[in-house]
Amino acid sequence: MADVFDRVKTIIIDRLDVEESKITMEASFKDDLEADSLDVVELVMELEDEFDLEIADEEAENINTVGDAVNYINSKQ
Amino acid sequence: MLKGKNALITGASRGIGRAIALELAKNGVNLVINYAGNEAKAQSVVEEVEQLGVKAFKVQADVANETEVKAMIKEAINEFGSLDILVNNAGITKDNLLMRMKEEEFDQVINTNLKGAFICTKAVTRQMMKQKAGRIINVASIVGVSGNPGQANYVAAKAGVIGLTKSTAKELASRNILVNAVAPGFIATDMTDVMTEEQRERTLAMIPLAALGKPEDVARVVRFLASEDANYITGQTIHIDGGMVM
Repeated sequence: MADVFDRVKTIIIDRLDVEESKITMEASFKDDLEADSLDVVELVMELEDEFDLEIADEEAENINTVGDAVNYINSKQ
Repeated sequence: MLKGKNALITGASRGIGRAIALELAKNGVNLVINYAGNEAKAQSVVEEVEQLGVKAFKVQADVANETEVKAMIKEAINEFGSLDILVNNAGITKDNLLMRMKEEEFDQVINTNLKGAFICTKAVTRQMMKQKAGRIINVASIVGVSGNPGQANYVAAKAGVIGLTKSTAKELASRNILVNAVAPGFIATDMTDVMTEEQRERTLAMIPLAALGKPEDVARVVRFLASEDANYITGQTIHIDGGMVM
């Protein structure tokens, strides 16, 4: 669990250039981490590469928070 | 300046697509030659551009079929390692008066000419976003701006391509992906060879430069839009029509 969260966190820091402390399971990409919609699309792409997953568009649309992403990835592994 | 870049051109076995392939190859661009049906012609384009010293291969795919397009893009990236330029050129006509146009004639033209551009654009965007660089050049048509009797389907598709160009340009500008269109007028290709002598004369009378264009006239503008010379141009539609529509 922690492992997935840490890997997701590393990607978010790299992509969105935000402080590590802001990245909690509850943090919303758009509201708390200052991502625009294209940033979220790119994040999802990177998560797909990192975890070797294919996230369908309909599922990607439900990924709004860091926790959504972590839980989704955990559910697929 | 374009040397070593990698491009995919849809509908590149003949006409304007073939001319674009030759023009880009002259400038050192490696090419994926997409074609729908004519394998022999596609192969001869591959051989011609290889003689200009670039790497090239052909892929058959229906641009309106997302599965085939995804496989083609994947092959291109596997082969070349990057994809810098997409030219959405594949197009068909099924001309008829509106009153006689069948629904399937409308759908087929929209599917290849408009939906095909959308599918190919979507499929390369992931790679271009990763690269933080890319050029997408859509081959629209001047009739998409002016309208043309007997071509409601084609004109609707080409006007759609111009709109697609603008939306895509706005969405992807922040990732340094530039999207532009060219709008050829009457260019001497198989598509215009079918005009009657009377149609040809009437057409020439509408063109201030009083001649049909050549596929190369279009290809050179595509090369410009793909190059660093066009770094500050996105969302535009450049008319290549001898001044027909201003």
